[in-house]
Amino acid sequence: MNLIDIKGVTHAYRTPSGPLPVLDNLEIGVPEGTFAAVVGPSGCGKSTLTRLVAGLMTPDRGEVWLHGERVRSPRKTVGMAFQNPVLLEWRTILDNVILPLEIVAPRMPRAHRIARAEELLALVGLSGFEGKKPSELSGGMRQRASLCRAIVHRPEVLIMDEPFGALDNFTREDLWQTMRDLRAKEPFTCVLITHDLRESVFLGDQVVVLSGRPARTQRVLPVTLPADRTIDILYTPEAVDLLHVLRDEIRIAQGRDGGTH
Amino acid sequence: MVRRIGVPVLAILAFLALWELVVWWNGWPNYVMASPSDLPAAYARFWNLFLVGAWQTLWRTVAGLALAVVFGTILGMVMGFSRIARDALYPLLVGFNAIPKATLVPVLALLFIGQHDFNTVLMAFLISFFPIAVSVSIGLSTLEPEYRDILRALGASRFTIFRKIALPKTLPEFFGALKVAVTLAFIGTNLVEIVSPHGRGLGALFQSGATNGDYPLMFAVLIALAALGIALYYAVVALERVFAGWAERDIT
Repeated sequence: MNLIDIKGVTHAYRTPSGPLPVLDNLEIGVPEGTFAAVVGPSGCGKSTLTRLVAGLMTPDRGEVWLHGERVRSPRKTVGMAFQNPVLLEWRTILDNVILPLEIVAPRMPRAHRIARAEELLALVGLSGFEGKKPSELSGGMRQRASLCRAIVHRPEVLIMDEPFGALDNFTREDLWQTMRDLRAKEPFTCVLITHDLRESVFLGDQVVVLSGRPARTQRVLPVTLPADRTIDILYTPEAVDLLHVLRDEIRIAQGRDGGTH
Repeated sequence: MVRRIGVPVLAILAFLALWELVVWWNGWPNYVMASPSDLPAAYARFWNLFLVGAWQTLWRTVAGLALAVVFGTILGMVMGFSRIARDALYPLLVGFNAIPKATLVPVLALLFIGQHDFNTVLMAFLISFFPIAVSVSIGLSTLEPEYRDILRALGASRFTIFRKIALPKTLPEFFGALKVAVTLAFIGTNLVEIVSPHGRGLGALFQSGATNGDYPLMFAVLIALAALGIALYYAVVALERVFAGWAERDIT
């Protein structure tokens, strides 16, 4: 059964120069506990997709379903991470990670919150940095803390909008492995928006290719690699084949939008 | 520590020495221009008036500033959260801010005849709320949407988002504006004290010095005003350290 179902979603933004269609009859299904990577040409409406799943906005037409319920407003069972880690500079790393618990579980004793946050920070390799301010951490470390904050309240769904986009390649690969380790310990279903095809193959159970704006589902590609992946797997013939297919799909997606801007 | 206190003190001493030197060099008598060496005598003669005046100037400035903080913050919140309110109020505010406040002294004096304390506090308030309102509204309206979304996605209320994110995030801008506002409020208070016929505070003391042609007294008041202004400013800096110290970066 799918935990996330996006059915026939169509959406347009109202702009001074008329409506700007961004999503066109989009269809995506994500089974419980799996990882869907969404790729597509830039500006194709990927970020709109994250806001729809999070219930931050509702589509003009079509439906978003989460765990058998129609999404019309935000819900506490969702976690979000963005390209910008948006940590609160006046809080320590520990208190940043705890933030969602203050909203979702206001009665939870502070000791329990701290224990939960410390457990996650240890998982991503940030033990010993609990008392530091975000400005004292590197970009990769800030993004790790941001991931901890996104899942501290044990959400059913983790939505990530290009979370590793601003990091250098080596740091990014480290974060992919951290993400893989987190998934082994935490049972969330994941939607990752990315423009990095290697990332989508390394992390995804399926890769959804969106067409150029307005985005429709152009291709859904199951990733048939084993679950316990290491970076080396990206250099196997199976992965390289997948990457080739994806590269072609992106070329097609760009072609549909080609030359209009 | 030695450097942080020592350097500004040295700069002040150098300024006083230069002032003394310029007066001595030009041979100005003290009915043309007072020199720093004339001031101790003025302080010794009128020390009780200085104490009373300084207290009056101080409390009215702080009261006006407190009003400005409350009103400016509320106005800034309204403009920060509502596009329509911002579009409607901005030109009005800018226009009001452009009016020389000295022109309002007789207006206030007629509106609230005899209520000198009230007039003075009101002027300190009128002159200083503008930067606070502008900075709060800009701080709130430029909050990156992601900051709002991390809490909004969890179903947090607008008020919770304001309290946990928008308010603390705006504090550095708020204190930047407060540093401007505190000097403005001080100017507002002095303006009324000097211009009003029955003024009180250090401004009135300056005025009595002017009436009697007592230059050393006038300059002694100016120096006292400067000292009070510095004290108020650094009080705000101290508050900033406590409430928005996280925004400070060590510049090396």
